[in-house]
Amino acid sequence: MSALLAVRGLAKSVPGLRQLFAGLDLAVGAGELVAIVGESGVGKSTLLNIIAGLDEADAGEVRIAGDLLGPLDEAARTRLRRERIGFVFQAFHILPYLTLRQNVGLPVALVSPDPVAANARAEAMLARVGLGDRGDGYARDLSGGELQRVAIARALVHRPALILADEPTGNLDPDTAARVLALFADAVREGGAAAVIVTHSEATAAVADRVLTLTPHGLVETHG
Amino acid sequence: MAEPGVVSARLALGWLIAGEWRAHPARFLLTALAIAVGVALGFAVHLINGSALASFDGAVRGVNGAADLAVRATSPLGFDERAYPRLSLAPGVADASPVVSLPAQANGARFTLLGLDAIRAAAVTPSLIGAQARGPDASTDALFDDDGLFLSRTTLAAAHAKTGDTITVAANGRRVRLRIIGLLPAVAEGQAIGVIDIAAAQESFGRLGRLDRLDLRLADAAAARAALPDLLPAGSVIASPDTVAQQGESLSRAYRVNLDMLALVALLTGGFLVYSAQSLSVARRLRAFALLRTLGLPRSGIVTAVAVEGLAIGLVGAGVGLAAGYGLASVALRWFGGDLGGGYFRGDAGLAFQPLAAAGFLGLGLAAALLGSILPARAAARAAPAAALKASGDPVDPRARVPWKPAVALLAAGGVAALLPPIAALPLFGFAGIALLLAGGIAGMPWLARRLLGPWARRNIASVPRLLAIRHLHGAPGAAATALCGMVASTALMIAMATMVTSFRGAVDEWLGEVLAADLYLRAEGGAGFDPATQARLAATPGVSALAFSRQLPLTIRADRAPLTLIARPLTGPSARLLVPVGRPIAVPPGAIAVWVSEPAQRLYGWNPGEAIRLPVAGNARFVVAGIWRDYARQAGAVVIDAAAYTRITGDATRDEAAATLAPGARADAVGRGMRARLPAGLRDAVSLAEPSTLRSFALDLFDRSFAVTYLLEAVAILVGLAGVAATISAQTVARSREFGMLRHLGVSKRQLTAMLAQEGALLGLVGAVAGVLLGGVVSQVLIHVVNPQSFNFTMETRVPVGTVLGVIAALVAAAAATAVIAGRRATAADAVLAVREDW
Repeated sequence: MSALLAVRGLAKSVPGLRQLFAGLDLAVGAGELVAIVGESGVGKSTLLNIIAGLDEADAGEVRIAGDLLGPLDEAARTRLRRERIGFVFQAFHILPYLTLRQNVGLPVALVSPDPVAANARAEAMLARVGLGDRGDGYARDLSGGELQRVAIARALVHRPALILADEPTGNLDPDTAARVLALFADAVREGGAAAVIVTHSEATAAVADRVLTLTPHGLVETHG
Repeated sequence: MAEPGVVSARLALGWLIAGEWRAHPARFLLTALAIAVGVALGFAVHLINGSALASFDGAVRGVNGAADLAVRATSPLGFDERAYPRLSLAPGVADASPVVSLPAQANGARFTLLGLDAIRAAAVTPSLIGAQARGPDASTDALFDDDGLFLSRTTLAAAHAKTGDTITVAANGRRVRLRIIGLLPAVAEGQAIGVIDIAAAQESFGRLGRLDRLDLRLADAAAARAALPDLLPAGSVIASPDTVAQQGESLSRAYRVNLDMLALVALLTGGFLVYSAQSLSVARRLRAFALLRTLGLPRSGIVTAVAVEGLAIGLVGAGVGLAAGYGLASVALRWFGGDLGGGYFRGDAGLAFQPLAAAGFLGLGLAAALLGSILPARAAARAAPAAALKASGDPVDPRARVPWKPAVALLAAGGVAALLPPIAALPLFGFAGIALLLAGGIAGMPWLARRLLGPWARRNIASVPRLLAIRHLHGAPGAAATALCGMVASTALMIAMATMVTSFRGAVDEWLGEVLAADLYLRAEGGAGFDPATQARLAATPGVSALAFSRQLPLTIRADRAPLTLIARPLTGPSARLLVPVGRPIAVPPGAIAVWVSEPAQRLYGWNPGEAIRLPVAGNARFVVAGIWRDYARQAGAVVIDAAAYTRITGDATRDEAAATLAPGARADAVGRGMRARLPAGLRDAVSLAEPSTLRSFALDLFDRSFAVTYLLEAVAILVGLAGVAATISAQTVARSREFGMLRHLGVSKRQLTAMLAQEGALLGLVGAVAGVLLGGVVSQVLIHVVNPQSFNFTMETRVPVGTVLGVIAALVAAAAATAVIAGRRATAADAVLAVREDW
């Protein structure tokens, strides 16, 4: 299985303070879901941001679907995120002034000027996450769990190669979190994307194919 | 009164308020500055008006001496001096002093020349008695010399003369050599007065048998006021020092009130800016307030905290504003004069601090800041703490119904108020109507934004930046209204003022074109005139095809109002066409003398066509109003009668103006020289000649100068409004940094974000401009059809300043877009990673 996400020798320090991690390697294949856990402040979110091209590593390289991130300029990284990466945030970040369909269709609309296509894809994804009849609704109509399902739909709608999720269930109760995670894992595996979840939650980590603990010396496999 | 919970929580409230100021000092200062600008302008205009009026009042009282009451001539023709013994013996009158009063000129100095009986004046108006200079050539009876002249210090200085000099004084068309024999020590500095013996004045200046005034000292005021009306000679009225002072006050009052109102617009805009800033600040702190509510702070605690912030903003702003206003007033008095270019007052006005007015403007500044704070504070206090804690505090809801009924109610109330009549000749309901219309227009902003953007929001938009921009504004029209309220208010007023001024200027220009139809105009200054022989000589000047003479006399109809102008001119032949009629004229009954009443005179005195009126000329002669004519030159009113009828009833064949139509091929300058050469030698210097183009540009210059200050005040209001838009958009944009962070994660580039913000800003500016222009259009109709006629007695048709309207729209769109982009740079420059984090 070729890795959709390949990280090699990554190092990052907080300038003037401390080394977050060094010599970090990671490979995530298609349909694989990897959870990264670790103590607060160890650099989990920083790792995710470096993978997304939103932060710079001190050393090492990141490849997404074979493309090396390092040499890319700002515009190319933006294009890469737009086309190849999906994001799920702890706070959902569903825009209150767009319909749910428009929220989900946003990544498609960023690459295609055809609103009909964007709407159709968004509608299908909403149906996939169990909100097929809510496309005309707005964020304020939904519960936290439903909002995160919309966010998952948005992360998957443009069929990205890589999905990055930062504490995706941090704002949800355990039952809702379990349902959302199950949905997320199914959708990732069905879509054949590679997914990396950063979390503190053992329950969240439990749905992953692999759980890695971030330490200053890199990632340590917890169980597979 | 705050409830106990608030009092006990004062420490927490103090922390809350201090923390907000520490975190956002620039916001606090900018908001205070908006109040400061409004208070400064209002206070400065008030101080300037007060100083100018005090100076004018002093001048009037100086000329009048300290008489208890006066019988005054209603026209420069004076009244019969035989009334003097009768009036001096009237019940309640202790003493009477006859006066001849003439506008005079000497060595370039203009002053009022009074002819007095020194013995009588010493008893009635002692402040007008001169003190003889001491010296070897000073005789005790010089006081009664025919050529002895006393001057006030101001006149002496202006005439560049000294006691003992002999100067030529021109008055009533005569030039007389007079010797300065002393000063008027009791006349205050700044007042231009000269005094000579009354007999000499009557003899030397052609006023034999006539008096202009009879100053009275009363023993029993009630008895005198009861008896005098029946004893008044024709062509006179009773006037007290107060009523005379009111003449000038009444003429300029509407102008001053209008300036005051315009200055207060800046304060109103400042109040809206406080509202914008406080709304944003409250929205940003909703969760903090919710937390405090959860911790036990009562609802009123939130209102108190925000209100105290507003009061502090008001206190700082108003304090700075009062100091700046005083400085501004002193600079403006030096540069523009006491009437700010309005042309109502002459002379220097000294600046005096007015504590009561200062307290009033301090109160207004505090009220504007407090009101601007209380509304958002109440909204914050009403929010349910649990929901506010959970939510991000984002008020966006695209489906929420936007209320329109309050806006309609306010607009309707504004419309009704505007239709109400004036109070004390001031359009107070008109201004109240404008305030209500502005409030209604601003209350209707969210509805308008929703309506304007609805069709776009429903369309499938391919461009992501455009989609985001339109949907955000459409979803949060309240935020748009918050950002734009100050701007809409100032834009509406600017458009309204510009429309009114354009309409007024256009009407004046058109009117000038119609009334200045002759080729050359002559005017005799300083009471001089053309006698029949001179008129005949002038008419025979080579190159003159026709010459229409006219006589202009100020006529006092009511002692407390500025005199109207009686114009006697030929009403048959070509010059009759020069009256611009308003409405249909009527046929005057045979034998009656027709009078044409100017529009201001009709409004001031209620004279309508067909009505018989009496004018204080030729023994209160009777006239029938033949029609109304348009006149933009004489705010105090004017009436026109036929020149032949005027001569017949008054015996006055003198004329002081002439309009010449030139023969084909004749040159105006050559004809002018020819006419001047035909004038008697003593008259040549007293006659001015002008071509219509000169008069036209002079009139329009005067017009522009009198409106220059209004443009300045509007510009300040617009700048305050723009600053408000900039601050609000900036704050709103910065508050959306998490949204921008998420979009950056999704792959929206910085350029796309900038495009989105530019489009959003431009749309916001467009909505504001459309609202401002629509509202300005409505307000302009109140200004044109209510405020203007009620203030100045002029009516006009609406002329839309298309260029200004388009320019304002373009400027607003550009300014809002640029502000959004600049603020957006700051917001999008924030680390996209940090922006999406959940911490707060």
